[in-house]
Amino acid sequence: MNIIEIKNLTKKFEKMTAVDNLNLEIKEGEIFGLLGPNGAGKTTTLLMLVTLKPPTSGTATINGFDIVKQPDKVRKSIGIVFQDPSSDEILTGYENLKLHGWLYDMPDELREDRIKEVLKLVDLTDRKNDRVKKYSGGMRRRLELARGLMHHPKILFLDEPTLGLDPQSRDHIWKYIENLAKEKNMTIIITTHYMDEADKLCDRLAIIDKGKIVVLGSPKQLKNDLGGDIIRLKAQTLDLDALKKLPYVKEINPCDGEVCLTLENANIHLQEILQTVGTIDSVEIRSPTLDDVFLHYTGRAIREDTPEGSWAEKAMNASEKK
Amino acid sequence: MSEIKGIYALWYRETKVFLRERSRVISSIINPLLWLLIIGGGLGSAVSFSGINYQTFIYPGILIQTALFSSVFFGVYIVWDKKIDFMKEVLVAPMRRTSIFIGKILGGSTDTLLQVLILFVIGIIFMIGGIMPGLKLTPFSVLVSLAFLLVTTVGLVSIGLILGSQMESPEGFQLIISFLIFPLFFLSGALFPITNLPGWLAPLILANPVTYAVDGIRGVMMGISRFNLLFDFTLVCLFALVMVLIGTYAFKKMKL
Ligand SMILES: Nc1ncnc2c1ncn2[C@@H]1O[C@H](COP(=O)(O)OP(=O)(O)OP(=O)(O)O)[C@@H](O)[C@H]1O
Ligand SMILES: [Mg+2]
Repeated sequence: MNIIEIKNLTKKFEKMTAVDNLNLEIKEGEIFGLLGPNGAGKTTTLLMLVTLKPPTSGTATINGFDIVKQPDKVRKSIGIVFQDPSSDEILTGYENLKLHGWLYDMPDELREDRIKEVLKLVDLTDRKNDRVKKYSGGMRRRLELARGLMHHPKILFLDEPTLGLDPQSRDHIWKYIENLAKEKNMTIIITTHYMDEADKLCDRLAIIDKGKIVVLGSPKQLKNDLGGDIIRLKAQTLDLDALKKLPYVKEINPCDGEVCLTLENANIHLQEILQTVGTIDSVEIRSPTLDDVFLHYTGRAIREDTPEGSWAEKAMNASEKK
Repeated sequence: MSEIKGIYALWYRETKVFLRERSRVISSIINPLLWLLIIGGGLGSAVSFSGINYQTFIYPGILIQTALFSSVFFGVYIVWDKKIDFMKEVLVAPMRRTSIFIGKILGGSTDTLLQVLILFVIGIIFMIGGIMPGLKLTPFSVLVSLAFLLVTTVGLVSIGLILGSQMESPEGFQLIISFLIFPLFFLSGALFPITNLPGWLAPLILANPVTYAVDGIRGVMMGISRFNLLFDFTLVCLFALVMVLIGTYAFKKMKL
């Protein structure tokens, strides 16, 4: 069953089209990833799906309800962790969570149990009675996550949930989310810039660029589709023209100031390639990762910070203003 | 049920935040005190109306002033909520927009009425201390005044929320409300009697809903009024009702 069906969803801001005629179906219980460079339209898509921004045209159904015509019903089935901070800084962490429980009409006992559970998950139990104003950027982010995970909605949207978190916190949180998806058959839609995370976690993912889906599939399938292996070469000068003449080299991409080749059976051809390019500093053969998939389809490597600055910076700016 | 819990949540948040921001509480007391002592005291040495000393005379006006400034200004917090994205958390919750509006009204009204209550205490102290002769703060007059203040506050908070829901910058909001608050205050009879107004001024004052709140409260506190108490109260209620209706609509149309 498709729990989310997106039909021709479009959002225009003045002249620019942030989301361009998007069509997508997501199955119940799936962990679905939306990947894309900065400004690709991921956040805009999520905000439309959670009924906070009206689409310019097109629509979507969530849990059978139309996001344009039945927003109240849609909101009863969803939860979201926003990309930007949205807690009240004058309240304590615990008070923010309690408020969330009330807003979502959780029974008192369940609410208190869950608050304990999520506070432990994000390691904020000791700081729960501090005002959010006194939290660090990462702590705010964790509180935000705890809050989104509290009420166990049928469908959970996570907009770059682990941005700026240390690896250990990320691990904990992903385990918890995977568990939720499995045990409660919860559907989870995430956007992330961490490719390894998307690879491990997502059942399927879509790479979007300039508001359009460029490719869609399971991480495994996407990597296989690239075909073969990646050879990464580092050298002062490379004879690219000669490389282009080799028939079995499918693709040549710059990556991080080095050059990446895509080809089948790299181990057989390595000898010839090395002879062709001349002196090199180092070489590496590996299977494709999602980073390569991303690079292949968008022509860009993914960056972890947003153009406006990191999440934590934004949180700090907002707090200074207040 | 879910709506009531949500409304309670919003009220709880506004009240907590208000009580934690001490500067807001303190300035809300200092300002009216200055008016009472300096304007009231200064002019009071020379001016009195119907045998009532000027300081006493403007006391109802200062009560309304506090309610007016604090209520309308409350709308700025919704602009802030949009900025810090707290608004998103609220708007995405399974609550009706109307309930969100009600929660905000209750929060704003509580803030305002707490400030007004402090002014009542000051009034009683001044009355007992003989500073404001002619002021009759009896249980009846206090209750009726509170009823007036409550209803007026609901209407005024709605004005603030309506403006706040449509605006994006706190600075813009502040600019607009100062154009609104000052006429509402000066044209309400808070500072002068409205019985013998010059012809050009009368319509402005009679069109101002705040006038009727001042008139009602002054009537019950010191026996000076132009209109019948029930008439005053009806108009104030009508004003609040219209503002609440417009506010409900504005919240339904609110964009982020
Ligand atoms: N309120 C707005 N007004 C005008 N343009 C907007 C607005 N919100 C987003 N945009 C534009 O829409 C495009 C998509 O933005 P969006 O936030 O959806 O990107 P994203 O994929 O989430 O990027 P990021 O990885 O940086 O979070 C961007 O070009 C952005 O500038
Ligand atoms: Mg985004």
